[in-house]
Amino acid sequence: MTATGIGAPVRRKEDQRFVTGQGRYVDDFNRPGQAYAYFLRSPHAHAAIRSIDVGAAQTMPGALAVFTGDDLAADKIGGLICGWMIHSKDGTPMKAGPHPALAQGKVRYVGDHVAVVIAETLAQAKDAAEAIVVDYDVLPAVVDTAEAAKSSVQVHDVSPDNTVFNWHLGDKDATEAAFAKAKHVTKIDLVNNRLVPNPIEPRAALGEYDFGTDNYTLYTTSQNPHVARLVLSAFIGVAPEHKLRVIAPDVGGGFGSKIFIYAEETVCVWAAKKVKRPVKWTSDRTEAFLADAHGRDHVTHAEMATDENGKILGLRVHTTANLGAYLSTFSSSVPTYLYAPLLSGQYDIPAIYCEVDGVYTNTAPVDAYRGAGRPEATFVVERLVEKTARELKQDPAEFRRKNYITQFPHQTPVIMAYDTGDYAASLDKALELADYRNFQARKQESARRGKLRGLGFSSYIEACGIAPSQAVGSLGAGVGLWESAEVRVNPTGSVEVLTGSHSHGQGHETTFAQLVSDRLGIPIDQVSIVHGDTDKVQFGMGTYGSRSGAVGMSAIAKAIDKVIAKGRKVAAHVLEASEGDIEFKDGRFGVAGTDRSLAFGEVALQAYIAHKFSGQDLEPGLKEGAFYDPTNFTFPAGVHICEVEIDPDTGVTTIERWTAVDDFGVIINPMIVEGQVHGGIAQGVGQALLEGAVYDRSGQLVTASFNDYCMPRANDLPSFQVGMTVTPCPSNPLGIKGCGEAGAIAAPPAVINAITDALGHEDIAMPATPQAVWRAAQKARMPMAAE
Amino acid sequence: MATVSLTVNGQSVTADVDPRTLLVQFLRDNLRLTGTHVGCDTSQCGACVVHLNGEAVKSCTTLAVQADAGVVTTIEGLAQGGELHPMQAAFREHHGLQCGYCTPGMIMSAVDIVNRKGPDLDEQTIRAELEGNLCRCTGYHNIVKAVAAGAQAMAEAPLQQAAE
Repeated sequence: MTATGIGAPVRRKEDQRFVTGQGRYVDDFNRPGQAYAYFLRSPHAHAAIRSIDVGAAQTMPGALAVFTGDDLAADKIGGLICGWMIHSKDGTPMKAGPHPALAQGKVRYVGDHVAVVIAETLAQAKDAAEAIVVDYDVLPAVVDTAEAAKSSVQVHDVSPDNTVFNWHLGDKDATEAAFAKAKHVTKIDLVNNRLVPNPIEPRAALGEYDFGTDNYTLYTTSQNPHVARLVLSAFIGVAPEHKLRVIAPDVGGGFGSKIFIYAEETVCVWAAKKVKRPVKWTSDRTEAFLADAHGRDHVTHAEMATDENGKILGLRVHTTANLGAYLSTFSSSVPTYLYAPLLSGQYDIPAIYCEVDGVYTNTAPVDAYRGAGRPEATFVVERLVEKTARELKQDPAEFRRKNYITQFPHQTPVIMAYDTGDYAASLDKALELADYRNFQARKQESARRGKLRGLGFSSYIEACGIAPSQAVGSLGAGVGLWESAEVRVNPTGSVEVLTGSHSHGQGHETTFAQLVSDRLGIPIDQVSIVHGDTDKVQFGMGTYGSRSGAVGMSAIAKAIDKVIAKGRKVAAHVLEASEGDIEFKDGRFGVAGTDRSLAFGEVALQAYIAHKFSGQDLEPGLKEGAFYDPTNFTFPAGVHICEVEIDPDTGVTTIERWTAVDDFGVIINPMIVEGQVHGGIAQGVGQALLEGAVYDRSGQLVTASFNDYCMPRANDLPSFQVGMTVTPCPSNPLGIKGCGEAGAIAAPPAVINAITDALGHEDIAMPATPQAVWRAAQKARMPMAAE
Repeated sequence: MATVSLTVNGQSVTADVDPRTLLVQFLRDNLRLTGTHVGCDTSQCGACVVHLNGEAVKSCTTLAVQADAGVVTTIEGLAQGGELHPMQAAFREHHGLQCGYCTPGMIMSAVDIVNRKGPDLDEQTIRAELEGNLCRCTGYHNIVKAVAAGAQAMAEAPLQQAAE
């Protein structure tokens, strides 16, 4: 390993600009003549729009234009789309209601887009919006996930019972048979609480139109600018694909919420041509709470069957998933194919059957949030496994170990073929790091102080490296999920890598450069990573699902191999040797068995001056591209152990220790990987202890600010002990599995298993706030009081 | 309109502004100092923290006119002579940032903590003092390490601290 190669904790190249305030985020861009957009949003969860009178607003100071859904329709601008088709059990396609960028006839959640004002200043746009008169016929709203299908309120005409799909996966008969022969059945009811992603940078969009060239430009906070361009052009019809440039510059966190193509960027591009001015919109935090796609929101009943030896025989799950008022871009895939295929966890479970009902409600659309389906699956499996172990009076670690998959490859009953792993190795290491053997002594010490101590496991698995295009195509995806790369070698030997991945905190400018430095033997400062601009990078699928290492870097590796192959040809000409005798090692092309060699930079120069070979023999230049389509999902897995202490008098839960042992396959930069683990755990702890989006019965979001929605702060979290085990992934050339979502997937059940262990009963829901824990602790005390 | 005159990162500036202009708007829109960020509308997230007359303030909750005749330091003014401030260097060295959006406010708050509490900061103190700054990426683990290390480095670099 070199100081900057694969495996080295290289300090990040991008940090110089971020620590000095020189990062460039969308809101930092300003274009000459720029005007400002402000969206008038629905104050009602559900209402018919009788009329919208924009006359007074149009005459307000500074107002340039006011547009409604009718204006978009008149220009044949299409609605927002959902790109993953799900079929119900009976074979019928999911019921996708219309999703206009600006409302047409009806609003379906608080924050829904009614009209947009374009004005000289943001303040003038807001003032003008207040002069718009909307005559609403307010309708009753349906909010509750579990009640949606039974409600008399109907969100979309296409779905009389608010059901988008009744989907299933697995073998129902085999699962029923497994339960029929079970010695023990453990049952659990779970709510996976609704979350708001809340990257600290709010979404923003800046649209511009050039009348001279008929070119459109959109600066946007996107995790996947090419996907945004494709959807905006091919489906929504805002501009032709070849005339639309989408730039996603520095982006301040995404966590899934910046994958999707929303109303605001659609309107900004379109309106820029209408008003003949660049149009900028920047979300404020309240808008982000109301209209960014939310995450999770499942209600689940699950049962696990075990035999007389504590071996798991079967699992059956019924989940109702709240999809909100409209189907967001990838919403339908999250509670289906990103969820149920993970229900085998790390365990050898012979039979699994899962039913998922997706429902509409009068709430913000729900889509992928860090982990996307896999945290929900892990919460079901790990809560149920823990509860089963407790009911069987078995040590939860040893119960897990007994049921671990140990032979690979392993075909689960729910699609996935696990390629490699060593789950017991992660468990052993985690038990040691967590000092598990002395836990009872610590519990007794807490008890002496009147405190309740508990320990919870989460032995999670996830499917990342999303994904083999043919496989996801067969499951309903509207796109392939390969990645592209182009490696451009300059005559001076420096290198630019154009990647379809997008970095919004992951540190690609460093890790991708480490790969190039390692493979080409050139200094890391001779490598630039270019991303986030459709005019520079030809195409790409973007960053989500922990895919940028396993898929994005594999594409780069493939392009590098082509560069080296071309370099061999150039070197053979220059060194007057046969191509087969040229070896590339440590950054030099040499003739085998001789001391004749050329540095990589010398070969680059020769490739461009082309003096030593004819153009008929070999094309000049040194630039290669590659598309990499993965052969399988990757399967990062690990064991997290959470140890809590609860003050039963206040209900305050303190995380005393956090141990994470993860197997991410080959690691490019351990510093960055550990950082990803830390951040993921924090979001998972947030879900378990603090966060929850709450709508009241009328559909008002009562947690629509940082004052009301409890974000994890420094004082809510401990320092984390992070360890690694490594089984290289055989499904991609770099052996990478992915690390971006693991913490958020692992953490919630670890926390709740620890709290329920401390309380001595299972009756606690997320978020386990001090009030909820205090109530639960009183319940635990009751029998004692009765004695 | 109101006239404000203040010193920003060592430079004197005077401008006529709408009286309701926030300090963060003045910095970002008038002076194009876009390193100071806005992450919320309730004075909770701390992405907008700058120093006004030597103390950390949330510039989203400060009117530009309140800074009249004052001395403001933003993230762009922290590094001196082409060298990173010790706290900036510590955030880079300890991977105390990921997306970078909360980072300017986080660093300005961290410098303020050291100015108030001295260089010997334990983990508990740092976590409590960062109450007004939200980060969604790092889980704070490496921020806490960076602040502790940056505090020590500031003590070892008194000249730079004086310059700030």
